[in-house]
Amino acid sequence: MTPRLRTGLLLAPAALWLLAMLVLPLVVVLVFSFGERAAAGGYSAAFTLENFANLGTRWAAFKNTLMLAPVGTFLCLLIAYPLAYYLAVKADRKWRTLLLILVIVPFWTSILIRSYAWIYLLGGQGIPRLFDSLGLGNPRLINTPFAVLTGIVYGYLPLMVFPIFVSLERLDKRLLEASADLGSPPWRSFLQVTLPLSMPGVATGCMLVFILLMGEFLIPAMLGGGKVFFVGNALVDLFLQSRNWPFGAAVAVALVVIMLVTVTGYMRATRKWSGGRDDVSLM
Amino acid sequence: MRLYALAVYLFLYVPIGVIAVFSFNAGRHAAQLQGFSTQWYGKALSNPFVMEALQTSAIVAGASAALATIAGTLAALALQGVGGKPRAIFDALLYIAVMVPGIVIGIATLIALVTLFDWVNPVLAALWPLADQAPQLHLGKGSLIAAHGLFAMALVVIIVRARVAGMDRSLVEASADLGATPWGTFRQVTLPQIFPAILAGFLLSFTFSFDDFIIAFFVAGSETTLPIYVFSSIRRGVTPEINAIGTMVLAVSLVTLVVAQSILQRGRGRGAA
Repeated sequence: MTPRLRTGLLLAPAALWLLAMLVLPLVVVLVFSFGERAAAGGYSAAFTLENFANLGTRWAAFKNTLMLAPVGTFLCLLIAYPLAYYLAVKADRKWRTLLLILVIVPFWTSILIRSYAWIYLLGGQGIPRLFDSLGLGNPRLINTPFAVLTGIVYGYLPLMVFPIFVSLERLDKRLLEASADLGSPPWRSFLQVTLPLSMPGVATGCMLVFILLMGEFLIPAMLGGGKVFFVGNALVDLFLQSRNWPFGAAVAVALVVIMLVTVTGYMRATRKWSGGRDDVSLM
Repeated sequence: MRLYALAVYLFLYVPIGVIAVFSFNAGRHAAQLQGFSTQWYGKALSNPFVMEALQTSAIVAGASAALATIAGTLAALALQGVGGKPRAIFDALLYIAVMVPGIVIGIATLIALVTLFDWVNPVLAALWPLADQAPQLHLGKGSLIAAHGLFAMALVVIIVRARVAGMDRSLVEASADLGATPWGTFRQVTLPQIFPAILAGFLLSFTFSFDDFIIAFFVAGSETTLPIYVFSSIRRGVTPEINAIGTMVLAVSLVTLVVAQSILQRGRGRGAA
């Protein structure tokens, strides 16, 4: 057996899998987005741009997604940065690995159950009742943008902490010493040395969280109560309830195109920070 | 600083803790604790719908993780010797598999498979000797395994490849110089070095599939996985039984993850990856 043949055989299962379950289905979505809805739902072959022309009818979902995804990403960043800084710079070396694992692990557990926990906490019997008994009034928390943003930060914080931690940990501590020796107060060293050098991690974290938020369904479905809905919720409705596949396919195509454009633009804009290769894995 | 970190850890773990505490609550009410009881666990475990969903989830997670680990490991090993265009295409596909939102993957798989089955089923029926016994293809465990396995396989390739890249090549050469066959070298030199990464890849794949809701929601057909069961129960109202199921699901993934993490970290400690 030649090495070439052997390589081919080893790659074959993975390549076929990618072809059958990734490439082909994505091509089908693209084809369907130009089709027409069959009378009984589903797809009937056609070539029309009508589905794309009708995208405006789902504008509310796009608007919510395009507003709450960046806001959610920014909130994650605000909360994650100090924690990542603490873990990378201040925390005791002995405990660092354990503390880091404790941040990452929730990300890999069921987002469904974790969002459910917030239904419990924000619902009528949870925090609002606690406020009430303290005489602070009875605020309505569940099914609001606040609830959705809380769920988002809770769900995606780990994904933001990890890349920032990696870039802060790699930072050459001698640079900070040099900065201090040259008379910079700590806050200035932070602003002029630490922060710029951690930008690759910030950029990676923001991109990961933003991409996942663009396709979010569960958090708005569970904590937004039909009032705060994302493109993902519109997609579920179009495919599983009204069974308008061609229009749903067009919405999906539009979502992916918006993601690609934003991410490409974002990567262009941040390339100047992340000059080096920044291979951050999620584990 | 330390206080801030503590606050964030509380934010991460208190909601999980609340679910766990209330799963042992004797009373029905969400608001007050009324003594310790394991009755909700009993209720959940004797509910045939829960048990069936659990079984489906376990079968799908086990099968998709096993297949993904095999295909992913083979690909990661083969990719060492691949460069140029094929490598670039393969990398791009893996990247797409990980980055395209689960909801889009779910939709794409649903409409592609349903369309395919609509073509294939009449053909099968026409060709089958006894027309009324012809098998009908439909969405179910098979499509769940194939769809979950796709993401899991990309994950395994990424994890195992990082380990393969960090491997000491001179050991492989030494083994060959000493007259070992390629298979012998693989079994006695390569495999022991990359085994932690393979195991971690398997465990991560298993948790991914076990916890996934959105892809399963589209491609499960008439099957119900545990997350689908939980989601539809929550829509009907919050019950202590869900707390018990949720606590069990979290416990399964937490244990699996801590094991996977410690395997990976230990591997890193030895200087590889």
